[in-house]
Amino acid sequence: MTPTGGRKLLSSLFVAFCAGAVLLALIPLALILFFVISQGVVSLNLAFFTHMPTPVGEAGGGMANSIVGTLILSGLAAAMAVPIGIVSGIYMSEYAGTRFAAAVRFAADTLNGVPSIVIGLFAYVVAVLPFKQFSAFAGGFALGLMMIPIIARTTEELLLLVPGTMREGALALGATRARAVFSVVLPAALPGIVTGVVLALARIAGETAPLLFTAFNNRFFSTSLRQPISSLTVQVYTYATGPYEDWHRQAWAGALVLVSIVLICSLLARLATRRLERMHARN
Amino acid sequence: MNAIHKIAVAVAGAAVLVTGAAAQTMKINGAGATFPNPIYQKWFSEYNKLHQNIEINYQSIGSGGGIQQVIKETVFFGATDGPMTADQLQGAPGKILHFPTVLGAVVPVYNLPGVTAELKFSGPVLADIFLGKVTKWNDPALVKLNAGVTLPATDITVAHRADGSGTTYIWVDYLAKLSPEWKSKVGVATSVNWPTGVGGRGNEGVSGLVKQTPGAIGYVELIYALQNKIAYGSVMNAAGEPIKASVEAVTLAAAEAAKAMPPDFRVSITNAPGKGVYPISSFTWLLLYENAKDKAQAKTMVDFVKWALTDGQKYCADLGYAPLPEAVVKLEMAALAKIKVS
Amino acid sequence: MPKSKSRSDVAFRIGTGAFGFLLIALVCGIGVILAIESMPSIQKFGLSFWRTEIWDPVAGEFGALPFIWGTLYSSVLALLIATPIALGIAIFISELCPAALRQPLVFITELLAAIPSIVYGLWGIFVLVPAVRAVETSLPASLRALPLFSGPPLGLGMLSAALILAIMVIPFISSISREVLKSVPPAQREGAYALGATRFEAIRAAVFYARTGIIGAVMLGFGRALGETMAVTMVIGNNPKVAVSLFAPQYTMAAVVANEFAEAADRLYLSALVEIGLVLFIITLIINSFSRLLIWSMARTDKVVAEPVEAEAAA
Repeated sequence: MTPTGGRKLLSSLFVAFCAGAVLLALIPLALILFFVISQGVVSLNLAFFTHMPTPVGEAGGGMANSIVGTLILSGLAAAMAVPIGIVSGIYMSEYAGTRFAAAVRFAADTLNGVPSIVIGLFAYVVAVLPFKQFSAFAGGFALGLMMIPIIARTTEELLLLVPGTMREGALALGATRARAVFSVVLPAALPGIVTGVVLALARIAGETAPLLFTAFNNRFFSTSLRQPISSLTVQVYTYATGPYEDWHRQAWAGALVLVSIVLICSLLARLATRRLERMHARN
Repeated sequence: MNAIHKIAVAVAGAAVLVTGAAAQTMKINGAGATFPNPIYQKWFSEYNKLHQNIEINYQSIGSGGGIQQVIKETVFFGATDGPMTADQLQGAPGKILHFPTVLGAVVPVYNLPGVTAELKFSGPVLADIFLGKVTKWNDPALVKLNAGVTLPATDITVAHRADGSGTTYIWVDYLAKLSPEWKSKVGVATSVNWPTGVGGRGNEGVSGLVKQTPGAIGYVELIYALQNKIAYGSVMNAAGEPIKASVEAVTLAAAEAAKAMPPDFRVSITNAPGKGVYPISSFTWLLLYENAKDKAQAKTMVDFVKWALTDGQKYCADLGYAPLPEAVVKLEMAALAKIKVS
Repeated sequence: MPKSKSRSDVAFRIGTGAFGFLLIALVCGIGVILAIESMPSIQKFGLSFWRTEIWDPVAGEFGALPFIWGTLYSSVLALLIATPIALGIAIFISELCPAALRQPLVFITELLAAIPSIVYGLWGIFVLVPAVRAVETSLPASLRALPLFSGPPLGLGMLSAALILAIMVIPFISSISREVLKSVPPAQREGAYALGATRFEAIRAAVFYARTGIIGAVMLGFGRALGETMAVTMVIGNNPKVAVSLFAPQYTMAAVVANEFAEAADRLYLSALVEIGLVLFIITLIINSFSRLLIWSMARTDKVVAEPVEAEAAA
């Protein structure tokens, strides 16, 4: 029984709608990338990467301190989140059926969904006020909180993907559970875990709200962890909401650098995931 | 390419740090008003050129933020254009002193395409606009003040601060003096319950809003209007003259106050009497603890303030701020001695 | 089994479990700290905090109604715009598109998700808001008279905020829906085609089968929209008033916390803001948990045994 004309038409319209939806979503993406690239590229010069911000009215300022600040904050966040995330992920995968593991999983998913401004609020109360100091530590703490659930869940899922034969083989040879996991299972899943870390880094590198009252901001070049530190995101925000044309140009340049970081990380993660999928498919 | 640049910058930065850290770098953090941000950034930058081991990091988060963070001691000093209230001073863990640094003007900025003449405003009319009672540019009250100018029937969009602001304090302090309705309905503080309008962050945010929105009116520190080439109007002063904000007009406003300066320097000079006076003028203050825990930082700040009150004043005029009257500077030098530096 | 091995295993379990416990403790810690800091406000205002429209720091009167209104209005509107588009994309990628296009399209949607919110905000201020302002000014007077479109054409306001949120939320809903659709057993579609269905009808059957999961995906997108701060505060106008008009500047919970936190000068003001943060935390907790439950339950029900295709063809 072939479909009647009316149903066929409906189907064609539907297919057209779906294709149209894809195009519709492509438009803002294209526009954003177009503006960021076109506006940002013109302001991207050596001074941007090597100079500090200059006082209002003086030209030639740059965002060197912000770029380094973002790198430092990301490093701090990773230093905190990678151990906690990976080991929690190990627990969740090794003892997957238990109620405690389910609780940990629920906590990770909850933490993942907490709005970044609420994380910033929490970090302000526990990492800034008691020490009476805005600091890179506090900023790294806030960003680390956001990375933990991503790394934990990725680790859990990847460890579960490792064939049971590997774990069982190790255990059969008399290895302790710790040995089996750290020497056999974890290394097998490591590429995927690293991918997860890279993705988490890309995510937090673009965060602004949690840094507003933790890392604060710093006009000067600073690598001190106990002092306020500048970051690309907060600096772009400060410049974007200001009235000076020079600031706006620098904001676009900063946005371009940000988007480039995120794009590169996403691309790397994507390529790595595909190779992993192909490896697993072969098994 | 980006990665290599970043590594190069980081290495270069590390090298700078190693060489520059021969003398111990004194890092001091401060936060507060956006009103004086242009001159403060200039000062801290120039002072750093003179004393390369002193880095004073100032972030303009608004006067309310400056007061709050200095009370919480997350920053060493604050900056505000609205003096701290008695309650706020009570709530601080130690005695906080106010030190005026410059004088500035808050101007009514507007964006009215097609109108090239400079508009005149008065306190009562500005209050009515910000109360939402005057809603169109060709309202009779505005027409009366601006005889000879054809005002369009555009809607007025009020732009105000979304954050706690000393600029707001100065503005509403002035409005409250000239509009009993404003005084009772809205009041005077760094953050008020605005009857109408859109909110922007900092002087920067309000300038941006006004610049981008046809029909908008807002209030910003004079330098923001000048640097962003936004039109600003003249305001009727207590002597009945329409005065456009300028360094001279602001200095005249401070002349009266200088004669009767209270010992804690907390004084309002809006709507000051006298000819040629710009009515929406104000001091802006730095907030320092009398007895801070870090005496080395306290000494550095005292030295800095002394420099700012003398050599620093020469940078004022270029940025649209009025230098302090001599009499006030003398009083402040004496008051600075109160700060414990050892 | 040698004693050292079992002891080592126990130590392993405790050691790794401790990190898991840390995670749980962190999440509970956030809730507890927020609750403690918002006590003064909760005690003073109670439930009327959520019914009052006045946000007056001078008088110490705090009512969060405008923020709840702004948050819900912008998020619901964003979902209304985003859901059809996101589902269309998910269906296209998983059901309709040629295999070669699949990976690039998936990559592109991930790209949309990866763009930092501050960059959305930047683009919003300089590109979207003027465009919306142009649209607002060009509306005919008859439409402008309606309450939905009333007010001066600022560009900043609910419409810009909803549009930006929609763009940000589309990739979320789309990628999760795609996963959900992938888990629909092929038998569902094959059965439909065997009965002579058009593509639309077959897909409709699959979507119907996956409905709980898709609802879960939409709710996750909702949760994301509720908590978005930077992009929204840069385009919404930051005005704490309840308004119906799409053109009116409004305020959301996340935006007011971000803007006013650094300067909340007294205990009550601070705790009012923290209370808003607490409620945001609780709302997103509930929505995210519920949506994950929906998605999980959907993934479980595909234990349905795929009916042999021959049986269908014989019918």
